[in-house]
Amino acid sequence: MSLPEISAAEQIGFPILSVLIFFPIVSAVIATLVARDRLARQLLLSVAVVELVLAMILAVSFTPGTAAIQFAERTPWIATAGVGYHVGVDGISVLFVPLTAFVAVMVLLFSWNDVRLRPKSYFAALLALTGITIGIFAALDLVLFFVFWELVLVPSYLLLRLWGIGPQRAFAAVKYVMFMLVGSAPMLAGIVLLAVNHQTQTGRYSFDFLDLLTAPVPARLQILVFFFLAFGLAIKAPLFPFHTWLPTALMEGPVGIGMFLVGVKIGVYGFVRLPLPLVPDAAREWSWLMAVLGVVAILYGGLIALVQPNLRRLLAFASVSHVGLALLGVFSISTQGLQGALLLLLNLGIVSTGLLFLAGALHLRTGSSELSAFGGVARSAPLLGAFFFMIGLAAIGLPGTSGFPGEFLVLLGAFGAWRVLAAVAVLGVIIAAAYFLTYYQRAFLGSSAGQQPVPDLRVRETALAAALTILIFWIGLFPAPLLNVTSGSVQALVERVR
Amino acid sequence: MPVESVKPLVALIAPLVGAALLVASRARPNLRETWSLLAAVTQCVTVFSMVAAVFAGDTLDSTLFSFMPEVALAFRVDALALLFAGTASALWVVSILYSIGYMRALGEQDQTRFYALFALALSATIGLAFSANLLTFYLFYEALTFITFGLVTHHKTAEALAAGRKYLAYHIGTSVAFLLPAIIWTYAASGTFTFERGGVLAGAGLSSTALIVLYFLFLGGVGKAAIMPLHAWLPAAMVAPVPVSALLHAVAVVNAGVFLAFRVILDVFGQDLMRELNLGAITLVVVSVTIVLASFHALRLDSLKAILAYSTIGQLSYMILGVALLSPRGMTGGAMHLAIHSISKITLFFCAGAIYVGTGRTNVSEMDGIGRRLPLVMAAFSVGALSIVGLPPMSGFWTKWYLLTGSLQARHIGVFVVLLLSTLLSAVYYLKVVRRAFFGSAEPGELERSAMAHVGSQAASANSERELARLRTPMDAGTREVPILVLIPTLAMAAAVIVLGIFPRPLLVLVARVFG
Repeated sequence: MSLPEISAAEQIGFPILSVLIFFPIVSAVIATLVARDRLARQLLLSVAVVELVLAMILAVSFTPGTAAIQFAERTPWIATAGVGYHVGVDGISVLFVPLTAFVAVMVLLFSWNDVRLRPKSYFAALLALTGITIGIFAALDLVLFFVFWELVLVPSYLLLRLWGIGPQRAFAAVKYVMFMLVGSAPMLAGIVLLAVNHQTQTGRYSFDFLDLLTAPVPARLQILVFFFLAFGLAIKAPLFPFHTWLPTALMEGPVGIGMFLVGVKIGVYGFVRLPLPLVPDAAREWSWLMAVLGVVAILYGGLIALVQPNLRRLLAFASVSHVGLALLGVFSISTQGLQGALLLLLNLGIVSTGLLFLAGALHLRTGSSELSAFGGVARSAPLLGAFFFMIGLAAIGLPGTSGFPGEFLVLLGAFGAWRVLAAVAVLGVIIAAAYFLTYYQRAFLGSSAGQQPVPDLRVRETALAAALTILIFWIGLFPAPLLNVTSGSVQALVERVR
Repeated sequence: MPVESVKPLVALIAPLVGAALLVASRARPNLRETWSLLAAVTQCVTVFSMVAAVFAGDTLDSTLFSFMPEVALAFRVDALALLFAGTASALWVVSILYSIGYMRALGEQDQTRFYALFALALSATIGLAFSANLLTFYLFYEALTFITFGLVTHHKTAEALAAGRKYLAYHIGTSVAFLLPAIIWTYAASGTFTFERGGVLAGAGLSSTALIVLYFLFLGGVGKAAIMPLHAWLPAAMVAPVPVSALLHAVAVVNAGVFLAFRVILDVFGQDLMRELNLGAITLVVVSVTIVLASFHALRLDSLKAILAYSTIGQLSYMILGVALLSPRGMTGGAMHLAIHSISKITLFFCAGAIYVGTGRTNVSEMDGIGRRLPLVMAAFSVGALSIVGLPPMSGFWTKWYLLTGSLQARHIGVFVVLLLSTLLSAVYYLKVVRRAFFGSAEPGELERSAMAHVGSQAASANSERELARLRTPMDAGTREVPILVLIPTLAMAAAVIVLGIFPRPLLVLVARVFG
């Protein structure tokens, strides 16, 4: 498979992806030098808003219905090793760029007044994280990809360590970094093996994604590379049984990093980007294993969430369950399953941001995420209750919300590939409805006897929640444009793997 | 012939606009109820304005937008859709009038929320009635569950919340576990979500075993039709105010389940496939069991609303039974019963509400002589009861007639016996109420003695003392007058039961259109 490429210069006239990647990183560094805290924060917020606008422009100017790489930029970097600065987006990655920018704006607005320790550094770290994450989605050189992949750890570690809200934040930060490093070592090995293979096949090293697509990989090597890559990605995703860092990070870390870890699922994206097109035969051969792991994750995450009295832990395990569903879609290796998985990831970004934001609002008010601290929240805080309910409905995939099209397509795709697994996955959907609705009823509609009334959402928070809710119903009812954007690349990918 | 029309959308959107307006004028109850009524009348007029075109053999289509590639959020009004939508929208108008009387007389909480959710429920109902494909249907089917959940838990008491949990568990459980996989499977096999007369699954290449499994998935997915063993949510949902029960039992919810069963039998599987695989006979067994068990259970109950709930469970299975007979007369009876049962049952619920408003009583054993206190209400109750039992000149007679002759036509003697048995049983449990109301002795002294004996057998708790005080109140010194807005809709519905019994022709013409 060789993909055509449209350069940024010819498509939009300036290197938009590089701006999207480096503008927030550079601004973050500058903002830390600004002495006045409020000014620095305002600067960072405006950067985030500009970033979101740019990302939207990128998504809108994207030409749908083609598998071509768009907005591409190429600059030689370490030419002798075949490493270049090569960025671009296709239908698989393009939607994640505005999603990341959106999450960044949400995080900044949410914690605007609520960070006590050096707020400007907190915001700067988040903005740097935004740029780096967009880098992951845009990178088309595997070394560049890996650099961004590892760079994520720096702001993440700082955010967990310095601004964590739990007593064990130091442990959570170290646990997170250790898990990631364990995962990235085999990933790097997989990437190097691919470049070496390119050298044996063509006589020169290349880490370029498009080059690697054209070099055939021997069957045995494919399997090795597949498992190297899959291991690293499974930890990042996180796929059961490699998920244990996520609940810890979510419990101990600040809300902002939680939104990034749960909302922007780079691990699952990695599965679609790397092993599927690069080692297609192995991916096809072992797809059953990944699908089984996905279904196990759906059930495991759902069942743990069902008995979880802590809201943040519940959301962590719900996320584990959702990752399983997305992977089931990815490894159904069908257009519907893959498109569904991408849409599902997009929905999860919006929904997890929303639910974590409301969980954070509850935490600010009650000082707790435990069920015992809630009870009849909806009585004293009707807006908080109503938004939690509506966003939650999207999390469990109710028709009409953004959760439905993705989930439906994943099940449709999975059904075509493995009937039994799809049937079991449906069980996971029921469990999801059960854990969300029971939690909602106990926390929001239960008895509020002996509890302080919870203050309702403030204007700023209401506006954020309303924006999220509108987005949820908008995508839920009009998913067709999004599906158009992903269709070209997904079809090409499915043809290649099949 | 399909005709493009905006009318389906008007009927769908009118309640949404109404809901927005009534919430905006929540501070002024009279204006608020005016908006409700206007929305209902608009919807009703719009729905009935489509009758002529459908009688002429057209369908009215409108496509809102493409939901996913090749799948649109689309509406198509055919005779079956009109049968359901006409019933729902007409009864909505009456329900609002009744609600005004009932909710105000009892000083119910959160009335704005009640009217708004009621309106949303009617929008969802019209949406699913007019759905042109399974996906559109599913969208509104689930929406209806969540909207009505808010109504079932109206009182927010522990009991109401428990009923709400059960309600969601049954509805979401069945629709996600059975209906969603069934829809996906149907699409995977046939490549379409669209309802097509004659079915889409014939020739889709599924083995007969697969088709039977798929059929059972659909049958399990119609949780709203309360087929046993998936019925327990319906009696539990009685905790809600009476107008909500009317919405569940007559206007929308249970009919939505039956409607889906009709669509599946006629437009997904198709009659030929149903016959070929003996799926009709399988369905007959399932619903016959439900009919018999529900009738026997109703015999043992004392709470009037519980009796009505079990009666509904049996009656819903009548409708499915009729269509599953796959004989022309049986199918006519099943389809027309959707409208007839709704009108009869809403009369009975209105009466139960009127009795509660007027005397505070809910149990049949406390209703001795109540007919002398509320003669009009109990007369209306008798009309509704006789209609459900199936006696002429009530409209329910026609259902019984068509079902009984239909079962003979299809040579299902067992079904014939089941129908007779359940008629007998329903006569017993309904006429028990009528007998007590009109001929029961209501000497206060006697009532008190029996109550004393009953209470004395238990520890004299505060609760039973209150019970006793209530029973000591003589019947004719009831708590309040039955409000005129409760009485008039009740009597109007009773009159409708009789009128439809004497002039069933329009309904029969519409039903004849359903089947070709």
